Amino acid sequence: MNPAQGINLDFPLKGADFETAGEASSKIKRVLQQIGVPSDIIRRIAISSYEAEMNVIIHAYRGSVRADIFPDRTELRVEDEGPGIADIDLAMQEGYSTAPDHIREMGFGAGMGLPNIARCSDEFDIQSVVGEGTKIHIVIRHK
Amino acid sequence: MKLAEVQKVLQSEIICGSEYFENEVVTACGADLMSDVLVFSKERTLLLTGLTNIQVIRTAEVGDLAAIVFVRGKRPGVEVIQMARLKGIPLMVTELSMYEACGLVYSSGVKGCSRQGDDQ
Repeated sequence: MNPAQGINLDFPLKGADFETAGEASSKIKRVLQQIGVPSDIIRRIAISSYEAEMNVIIHAYRGSVRADIFPDRTELRVEDEGPGIADIDLAMQEGYSTAPDHIREMGFGAGMGLPNIARCSDEFDIQSVVGEGTKIHIVIRHK
Repeated sequence: MKLAEVQKVLQSEIICGSEYFENEVVTACGADLMSDVLVFSKERTLLLTGLTNIQVIRTAEVGDLAAIVFVRGKRPGVEVIQMARLKGIPLMVTELSMYEACGLVYSSGVKGCSRQGDDQ
C-alpha cells in the first residue's frame, strides 16, 4: 500500500437492488482483513458501510460507495442521487424512518441506520439536498 | 457454549456449516429487525430470527455473527443457503417459536447483548 494514496475501492449502487445490497461492504471487509486491521475495527467499518449502502438501496435511485483505506484509518464516502433528507436532525434520531412497509418486512427501515453509522464512526458528516441526493463521509481510525 | 450444544438445546436441524459447530457462542439475540442486530450484537453472537431473506446472511457477515437459527420451522431459499455457505455462516432451523427458542438458549447460560450487558 502506498501510505499517502492508500487502497481505493469504488462500487456503484443501484436503488432497490436488494439482491446485491451489501456486496460492496463485504468486499471492503475482505480487503481490511487481508491487510490485518483489528477485527473490532473492521466490524465498525463494515457495519457503517452496510447501513449506508442499505440507505442508498432503500431510498435512492443510484449511488456509490467509495472506501479509501490508509494505514491509520478508513474513509468511506457514500453518495446518492435520490430524494434527499429534508430534516437531518430528525433522520439522526433513533426510530425515525421514512422507509415503506415492504422495507420493514425485510428487517430494515427501523430508523437505526444513520444513528448507528454515527455511533460506529470517529468522524461523521452528512450533507443532503432535497430532490438531489445525500452525501455521507465517515472516518474510522485503525487505533 | 458450543454451537453443537445450542443445536441440541433447540432440537434444531443443521442446514449448513456443520464444520463450525465446535465454535463457541458467547451472546445471543432474537430479532427480526436487522438494524437492531447491527446496533446491539457483538462478535460471535448467535442470531435467532423469523426472517429468511438474504439480508439476514449479509447482516451476519457484516456483524461477524456466530450462526443463525431460523425459528418456527422457517427455511430459507436455496440462494440464501448458498450465500451462507459461501460466507461460512452456519444455519439451523428449529420448530420452536422465537420466545421458546430464546428462553431455552438463555436458560442454558448464553447471555443477551443489550447495551447494559457491557457493564456486567
